[in-house]
Amino acid sequence: MASILKVESLSKTYPSGNKFIKVLDNINFDVSPGESIAIVGPSGSGKTTLLGLCAGLDRATEGKVTLNNTLLNKLGEDDLAKVRNQYIGFIFQNFQLIPTLTALENVMVPLELRGEKNVQRLSADLLERVGLGDRLDHYPSQLSGGEQQRVAIARAFSNSPKILFADEPTGNLDDETGTHIEELLFDINKEQQTTLIIVTHDSELAKKTDKIISLKGGKII
Amino acid sequence: MPDQNIPNTRYSKSWPWKMAWRDARNSKSKLLLFILAIALGIAALVGITSFRENLLVEINNQAKTLLGADVSVRGSQLLPDSLLAAHSEYAADMSRESYFASMVYFPRTDGTRLTQVRALSGKYPYYGAIETLPAEASRTFLEGQSALVDEKLMIQYNVETGDSVKVGNLLFHIAGKLRKIPGQTNVSSTAAPVVYIPYKYLDRTGLIQKGSRINYLHYYVFKEQADTTQAWKELKEVTEDRGYDVDTVEDEKRQTSRSFKDLTDFLELVAFVALLLGCIGVASSIYVYTKEKTSIVATLRCLGITSSQAITIFLIQVSFFGLIGSVFGSALGVSVQVFLPELLKDFIPISFTSSISWPSVFTGIAIGVVVSVLFALLSLVSLRLVSPLQAIRTEVDEIKKFDRIQALIALVLFGFINLLVYLQIRSWLDSIIFTAGLMGALIILGLMGAGLRWIIRKSLSQNISFAWRQGLSNLYRPHNQTTILIITLGLGTSFIATVLFMQSMLLERVTISGAGDRPNTVLFDIQTPQKEEVKTMTLDYDLPILQEVPIVTMRLEEINGMDQMESEQDTTIHRRSWVYNREYRVTYRDSLIDSESIAEGEWIGLAMGDSIPISIAKGFADNLDVKLGDKILWNVQGALVETYISSFRDIDWRRVQTNFLVLFPTGVLERAPQFHVLITKIDNTETSARYQQAVVRNYPNISIIDLELVLKTLDEILGKIAFVIRFMALFSIGTGIIMLISSIVLSRFQRMKENVLLRTLGASSIQLWKVVIAEYFFLGILGSLTGVLLALVFSVVLGQFVFELTFVPDFIQILWIILAVTGVTVFIGLFNNQSVISRSPLEVLRKAG
Repeated sequence: MASILKVESLSKTYPSGNKFIKVLDNINFDVSPGESIAIVGPSGSGKTTLLGLCAGLDRATEGKVTLNNTLLNKLGEDDLAKVRNQYIGFIFQNFQLIPTLTALENVMVPLELRGEKNVQRLSADLLERVGLGDRLDHYPSQLSGGEQQRVAIARAFSNSPKILFADEPTGNLDDETGTHIEELLFDINKEQQTTLIIVTHDSELAKKTDKIISLKGGKII
Repeated sequence: MPDQNIPNTRYSKSWPWKMAWRDARNSKSKLLLFILAIALGIAALVGITSFRENLLVEINNQAKTLLGADVSVRGSQLLPDSLLAAHSEYAADMSRESYFASMVYFPRTDGTRLTQVRALSGKYPYYGAIETLPAEASRTFLEGQSALVDEKLMIQYNVETGDSVKVGNLLFHIAGKLRKIPGQTNVSSTAAPVVYIPYKYLDRTGLIQKGSRINYLHYYVFKEQADTTQAWKELKEVTEDRGYDVDTVEDEKRQTSRSFKDLTDFLELVAFVALLLGCIGVASSIYVYTKEKTSIVATLRCLGITSSQAITIFLIQVSFFGLIGSVFGSALGVSVQVFLPELLKDFIPISFTSSISWPSVFTGIAIGVVVSVLFALLSLVSLRLVSPLQAIRTEVDEIKKFDRIQALIALVLFGFINLLVYLQIRSWLDSIIFTAGLMGALIILGLMGAGLRWIIRKSLSQNISFAWRQGLSNLYRPHNQTTILIITLGLGTSFIATVLFMQSMLLERVTISGAGDRPNTVLFDIQTPQKEEVKTMTLDYDLPILQEVPIVTMRLEEINGMDQMESEQDTTIHRRSWVYNREYRVTYRDSLIDSESIAEGEWIGLAMGDSIPISIAKGFADNLDVKLGDKILWNVQGALVETYISSFRDIDWRRVQTNFLVLFPTGVLERAPQFHVLITKIDNTETSARYQQAVVRNYPNISIIDLELVLKTLDEILGKIAFVIRFMALFSIGTGIIMLISSIVLSRFQRMKENVLLRTLGASSIQLWKVVIAEYFFLGILGSLTGVLLALVFSVVLGQFVFELTFVPDFIQILWIILAVTGVTVFIGLFNNQSVISRSPLEVLRKAG
């Protein structure tokens, strides 16, 4: 089966004062469609950088990232935006809901962007699915952390992404809410057959995925 | 390499509009400053341009009533019969008027006053009316020995219709109060109140004497079929060549429009400054807005929007709010314009009710939207550099401070400002100088900001208290707003200060002081036989004779052997043609007086032989286009006198002295027909009144200028001018304050989290207040100081090149400006941070989202 995500000889270097720091060094891995993967490692190991490169949010210094048969390194910013809109979903540690939009409008954004019809019904269904059917018109500031992350999950799945990137999805939540969010994430992922890449510190969460990539000092160990 | 599988996404065209609307729902209050800033600037601009449009239309419509006739011919002598006959070919009717300054005396109340006496015959005005109370008095006064007296003068001297007024030797019955005459403003009637008498009594008043300065006017109304184009044009030229001013309705229209150009130009400059301040307010508020929207843009980028879509969302908002601000501003401007005719009624010779000038309104709205968009784009384009990575890593990819697109927008912006300035002053060179000055000011302010950061970083002592150290350190730490705040504060201060300095300078220009030992009473038109008697009478009243000056009237015939025609044909000579047409009032002395000094050449006080050295006022020499040694031939009432220029003089015209453009030495004009001027000083009002009454009773031809009265009148006029200037300056100051608020709000964004953290770590409210005071005090003091320095430079340049005045700074005023701007900066800073300092850290963080 062809891989949905292929990372080859990936390196990333950042300037720091007069020096350069190599954050990622020769990373290689493949992810098959529908597979779930956890990227784990201590702080500063390069997890978030790797996620950013895989999702086309940043550009590699060396190496290649191929997502759904598309070589991201070669794409311009606008093409990368199209890739993100069509193939990728995101869940962030700090939820990153748009504070000026209601829960429903936040979920509608990815669909509205590409001019799809009936987005309101579809988005409302998704919010119903995550248990927020009665909070459609609430603004993020009127929702709890767990509720905000549920809106973020609904938004991430709204465009039926081929691959979902989650950056510490439970990092800002208490254990009980975190567990509930994890269940929701895996359940919908299963329903939609989405590939899931999770960056996490949480070893319990990592164990629920099909494969774990451990990073240390910018290298896979 | 695999086949690229880039999705063929067709982005919804309407989505940015939807997003713009949704996002704006909760951002209205944040854009309020933006709307206010643009609204006040546009209000001032629309108000003034609409007013000007209305004024020009009304001048156009009422041009005939301004002149009261189809044409007027004015000269210092009666028209010769040949010209009268030529004019009557075209005229259906003619009226005569002679006017001159003369004292009048009200016997019942024993009052005397210098007035403008107008002797009228005929049916003038042919268009419009002389407004009197009772109305019929405007015609009936011509039938008997009656007069019309300025209404304000009658109130001032407690005189009623039916009383008498003595003009020269004759007593006239006051037939009515004079309210308005064609082409006259309230200000001009305040300065020179008019008394009309019938022309047929003019000779009998005894006021027409040798040397009397009398203007003769002939008003014509054209025959219906008269050829007023080519043939009249030629006759006009012939008449003007004979030294008469010929004014047609078109000339009057042009002159009236031109005389209001200075006023409307100044008001437009003030409005433009208000608009520029508004633009800086726009730039500041959008800078803050852009910063706040960075995380939203990063998230949206993750969700797949392009950078241009991100900019489009906020550009739609800015255009929309710019439109709202401009429409609101235009509405405000239209309201202001309704008040302007009332505000300026004393200066306008026509009465009109203003109507909405739609071209001004639409231009104002268009300018408002364009400047909003351009100034906003400066910040908004930086959104295209927001990386989606910022959604997961806030500490990376800070928006770049400067890039090429921003530089391009800045260039377009300066081009646009330049265009706007050009439209105000119609000179590319001046507009480029203005815009370059603005750019220079920005660079200087930017350097000052950078310099302040560097100095504080290098010199900040660890020994001062935590609060002061923290406040000062904020000026150079990462994410500091020092440079942009210094730029906005400084630019705002410099604009406001320049308007205030200009106002002081213009008011100073016309203020003369009658205080101290300066003379305060001038008697003129004293005939030679009256000279000694008047001197004796003056001494009898215990009054000093401070100056006694003979005056000889003459005309200029040739300069270096060239008469007017030859001079006009020689293209190498840049001589004003009127120098040949005017009458010169000249004196002779053997020495200079203290209001004059030699600028060039040598002063010779006694003429020896045929060679007569004269001295010319330096500024006037430019009009004559002459140099030292040039020869001038004068016609002294029939006798030709050849002179040469031996010196140029600098003259302080503001001193109460009789000063002269042309000064002869002794030994030439002593026996020429002449009259005299006497200057004295009267210390109390009672003596002044008695002395003036005695002079008028005994010598009705002598006129008296009472400088106390002149100063009082001037003060009244200046009060009106100052009110207009201050009213308009309010717009600049109002916009300036909004701009100040938006620039300080800038820093709140950066300081909030820092202050919350300090609170969490246990800093007391007092410490945090001190931190804020230290930071804003230094920003305020440096911004205002730099702004004032720039304003001083602007004022010196404007004074030198535009108003031709030497600008003398008033240090008290400067101190007030610096204190006021610093005070307002600290106050706004404190007000801005009070919610952060007085609430619990958690509450603030929750509110900030």
